[in-house]
Amino acid sequence: MSDLKIGAYICKGCGLGERLDCDQLATVAQRDGKAQVVQQHDFLCSAEGVKLIQNDIDNEGVNRVVIGACSRRAKTEAFDFQGVNVSRCNLREGVIWIRPDEDDMRETTQEMAEDYMRMGCAEAKHSLIPASAQEKGTDNTVLVVGGGITGMTAALEAAKTGYPVHLVEKTGELGGYAGKMWKDVPMHAPYTDPVDTCVADMAAEIEANNLITVHLNSTISKTSGAPGRFAVDISTESGSTSTINIGAIIQASGATPYDASQLPELGYGKSKDVVDRVELEQLAIAANGGPIKRPSDGKEVKKATFIQCAGQRSEKEGHLNYCSGDCCLTSIKQAMYFKDQNPDIETEILFDDLRTPGAPGEDFYRSGQDKMVTFRKGMVSEVVAGSNGPVVKFKDKILDEDVEEEADLVVLATGMVANSGVDIDEVPQNEPGEWEVSVDSILNLNYRQGKDLPHLKYGFNDSHFICFPYETRRTGIYTCGPVRRPMDTQQAIDDATGATLKAIQEIENAKIGRAAHPRSGDLSYPIFRKEGCTQCKRCTVECPFGAIDEDEKRFPVFNESRCRRCGTCMGACPVRVISFENYSVDTVGQQLKNVEIPEEWDEKPRILVLACENDAYPALDMAAQQGNHYTQWARVIPVRCLGSVNLIWVTDALNSGYDGIILMGCQKGENYQCHFVKGSEMAAMRMSKVDDTLQSLSLEKERVETYEIAITDIDRAPKLINDMAETIEKIGLSPFKF
Amino acid sequence: MSNYNQEMIEKYRGNFLKEVQDNVEEGDWVKMCMQCGVCSGSCPLGPHWEHPPQEIFMMIRAGKRDEVLESSSMWMCTSCYNCIARCPRGLPITHIMHGLATYSKRLGLVPQNQPTAKFAQLFWDNLSKKGRVNELKLGLSLYFMNGIGEGIKKSLKMKDIGLGMLKTGRLTPMEMIGGHGCKDTKGFHAMLKKAQEIEEARIGKSGS
Amino acid sequence: MAKHSYSFYPGCSSQKAASSSNYQVSVDTMCKELDIELNEIPDWNCCSASIGYAGGGELPRLALSARNMALSEEAHPDQDIVATCAACWLATRETQERLNDDDELMAETNTALAEAGLKLKNDKKVRHMVEVLIEDIGYEELGKHVKKPLEGIKIAGYVGCQTNRPFGIAGESFENPKYLDKLIETVGAEACDNYEKKVSCCGGALAFSEPEKSQALIKDIIESAYDNGADMIVTPCPVCQMNTEVYQDQINATYGTKFKMPVVYYSTLMSVAYGKSAKEAALNGQIIKAKQLEEIAGK
Repeated sequence: MSDLKIGAYICKGCGLGERLDCDQLATVAQRDGKAQVVQQHDFLCSAEGVKLIQNDIDNEGVNRVVIGACSRRAKTEAFDFQGVNVSRCNLREGVIWIRPDEDDMRETTQEMAEDYMRMGCAEAKHSLIPASAQEKGTDNTVLVVGGGITGMTAALEAAKTGYPVHLVEKTGELGGYAGKMWKDVPMHAPYTDPVDTCVADMAAEIEANNLITVHLNSTISKTSGAPGRFAVDISTESGSTSTINIGAIIQASGATPYDASQLPELGYGKSKDVVDRVELEQLAIAANGGPIKRPSDGKEVKKATFIQCAGQRSEKEGHLNYCSGDCCLTSIKQAMYFKDQNPDIETEILFDDLRTPGAPGEDFYRSGQDKMVTFRKGMVSEVVAGSNGPVVKFKDKILDEDVEEEADLVVLATGMVANSGVDIDEVPQNEPGEWEVSVDSILNLNYRQGKDLPHLKYGFNDSHFICFPYETRRTGIYTCGPVRRPMDTQQAIDDATGATLKAIQEIENAKIGRAAHPRSGDLSYPIFRKEGCTQCKRCTVECPFGAIDEDEKRFPVFNESRCRRCGTCMGACPVRVISFENYSVDTVGQQLKNVEIPEEWDEKPRILVLACENDAYPALDMAAQQGNHYTQWARVIPVRCLGSVNLIWVTDALNSGYDGIILMGCQKGENYQCHFVKGSEMAAMRMSKVDDTLQSLSLEKERVETYEIAITDIDRAPKLINDMAETIEKIGLSPFKF
Repeated sequence: MSNYNQEMIEKYRGNFLKEVQDNVEEGDWVKMCMQCGVCSGSCPLGPHWEHPPQEIFMMIRAGKRDEVLESSSMWMCTSCYNCIARCPRGLPITHIMHGLATYSKRLGLVPQNQPTAKFAQLFWDNLSKKGRVNELKLGLSLYFMNGIGEGIKKSLKMKDIGLGMLKTGRLTPMEMIGGHGCKDTKGFHAMLKKAQEIEEARIGKSGS
Repeated sequence: MAKHSYSFYPGCSSQKAASSSNYQVSVDTMCKELDIELNEIPDWNCCSASIGYAGGGELPRLALSARNMALSEEAHPDQDIVATCAACWLATRETQERLNDDDELMAETNTALAEAGLKLKNDKKVRHMVEVLIEDIGYEELGKHVKKPLEGIKIAGYVGCQTNRPFGIAGESFENPKYLDKLIETVGAEACDNYEKKVSCCGGALAFSEPEKSQALIKDIIESAYDNGADMIVTPCPVCQMNTEVYQDQINATYGTKFKMPVVYYSTLMSVAYGKSAKEAALNGQIIKAKQLEEIAGK
């Protein structure tokens, strides 16, 4: 690598020239920042300005570009220079826009700008130019796990795009749950009548597609590797196993119908004429368009009662806490099985809340009403035996009365339970070198953190529901269909299509060693200095993406293309042996150390703000755009995720004489907003130990605050910074100013 | 109980929704109610309905024939059309209520002394006589609809209003004698008679 | 020839010495000023309002309005039908739509009409007088005729039900129509912007059959006008006008209130603002006198 040569470029556009002494900034870059080349320009993001920089890169050997202009979030395309590192000093959103344009403020505004120039140069000086990871994927093949509607859609979509597919199905035929249905809810207008399922057509299409290899009666016995280079063992029922190289995995393992035998109060198991939704499909298939007969005595059903939310949306032991989403439409469809065959058959749907989402759902509901299906808001307490059939006892919530009604057949609208494999929080992974296949696992991952994808809620598999619904915490493995949340056929098809696109994208990323979102295109990856490692396992445990395995001696083994570049490992490491070329303990640490800390008698406090680049930093930028102001004492450094914040930064800052430190990350917990899912949670855990540090330095604990900031907090975020300034005014400056 | 009522009971054998659909003005909309309750919450006389519209629709679907048709509820409709304007499903609720009232009347199931049922009949009788409403006669017949004793009491109570109307030229005793009316009463009556015949034939009403 | 000509359906209550004959007087005055010609439908009949249903079935009720429309087509084939009464307008327009939607009903109606020697084409619009004022004349023109702006009078625009729902005035919302407020401002008075009972029901015909229940509604309508600082209420509907004006004494007796709130028609307001006499504006038809208007008219 060539010698480090810093070029600093100061823009005088957007009012920077009027508000700031740019000559002085240039001097600072040269004197303090050690920039060898320093240029000013009236309009740096113009073609001419960009050319000026490019010229220095091409002819002057500049390989660290420091741009003193607008926020790193603005003009990204103009300032995108290949083969060099670019550091952005946020003089516009970070200085002149958040400070009032008043004469008596000029001095402190200039100080801010000068500090940002020093920080930019320090970052440049301590960063390396990332070369992409050595570990690159080569495999194009998509593995689809599950042969239901979801999996079949994914397989077809991938094949249509030109990617080979291996489709693994544990039963002997394709079709899954939809394959057991008589008819399906319509997916095209008019949304009035049940339609044939798409199972047969899709299965035939898969059969005919030579890019798709189907493995029936097969399961996954081991998955190892990383995106672009997974090795997957497919085992057949008969015991043979083959290993296939895979680029990305789509998990479409679906859901299992809830076990209705847990509902004796609703008569299931007691009366043959109480059936669940799957059994009703079987009765309809047996009737083949003729009158549906009830199981007990084969009598034609003249009255069918549907009980919604059977064993669902209930806190009762053994019940599902959630709504399975498709049961209302399914019951309407099943009621139509009767009505379409003979309009005189009475069908009654007892519901608490009827949920038929979307315009198609609403149309189908109306069609059911139009066919004279009776909808009744009734809470069923019990189903008992009657003289001619089961008797449903319910409270009509509109008429406020208790009702007992006999029916020929009672159908329980039972829910769905995700086929999400083993819960890795409960089932520990095998020790390195002691591999054991779990029959309950779907993927049998040999990852350090467990055999399956993490469960998110109610046993459903992971999904980054905020931004990237198909995304899981295992890069290169995508969930879709009812394994990630309850959904109907149409939704599952849409879902599978989306997941397939993500899988293809990841295959292509892996080929060039590039990160997936949210740091799309990032070529840096964690570099690990093994000599210093104490085998403490914090990085392997805390990595939100299970990217780091362990070898037999408990040293971390990084799988670069599983990595999302959040830096949580770097934040976690107590001995600071993990870094990225362009983001390290030094690139941030040196920025905060290069801020000029005035002497105590200057009465100019300094507040360090470490702001998550995903939400908090943009919120501050937007606050600036809106004309919000915050204190001139603040110095803001963007971080990849709060999870990447190493405690040494806090200790260093306190030792350097900063008077206050604010950490701004995303919301953690159940309704997390963290773009790396667990980063802000990890940070919060670490920060709980900051109090000890403060105590050991005899500093007030108010000097360090951690906040959850949403991207919309454009009023709150500046206010929190100002609050810190007020706090400092109250408790006084830090005594650590040397 | 009229024969007509018995006939309908036998014809529909408990399928009241179908009966309403076939015989009540705009009755085929009843099944489309989605039980949101906006109608009941929007009704100016809501609290006075024995069964507000939402409940009426549910009762029809639950086959509560007598309770619906013998109810005073639909006679509480002021025809303000608030329910129609707000119904998310676009049900013509006002008309359905009028239709249910009409049907209940035909079947002879209106509760005794339901004042609006009586007034509505008086109004119809009044207008259909000469083609135009005679306000004085309508008023007086209203006050006396429950007998002479109560009529005198009511008239006394209303006398100030009558006097006010009289003084401002908005009421005239002349109405008692001749009063307003259409010229072509013959054609008018023939038209109404024909309309009634057609309707009766349509709803299969055999005798009334 | 007048600038605007319409086939006019006055309705029972607008007849001479009937309950809203004062409405008719002021409408005539207003129309004369605005060069609007109203050609009465010969031998029109009652529309049965929305209360005829106990005696009359669907078809007989439709036939009533159909007869008026057929008579109008015969006498004034090129003219839209205009009604001043909300119930008349609503019943006629409802009939028009129902018959347009249902060919069978249309055929049956014509069979009935044939008995009276009539036939309905159903090809002319059915409009309320307010629509004529807003759509055909326009606020600007309406304002140009103002000679005595009704300055210093604060008025609650009580739109009521049937001029507002289910058809209403095009471009207005059901929950908060603004046209009456705009008319109030056009004649130089001040509108109560937040009159919350603007579209509440007065009980309609049930004021006769269910007086206690209806008067409870009327009480709220008047009370809200007082709460909003109104000097008077203005309305486009004869039933609204009558119900909110004539029962105030009874309401006072029941609730211990001291209501004495004049309730006038928009046409009365406009006539006064157009410089017409108290008689022409039909102010003598007020049971509760609108003294402020009388003063202006007397100047």
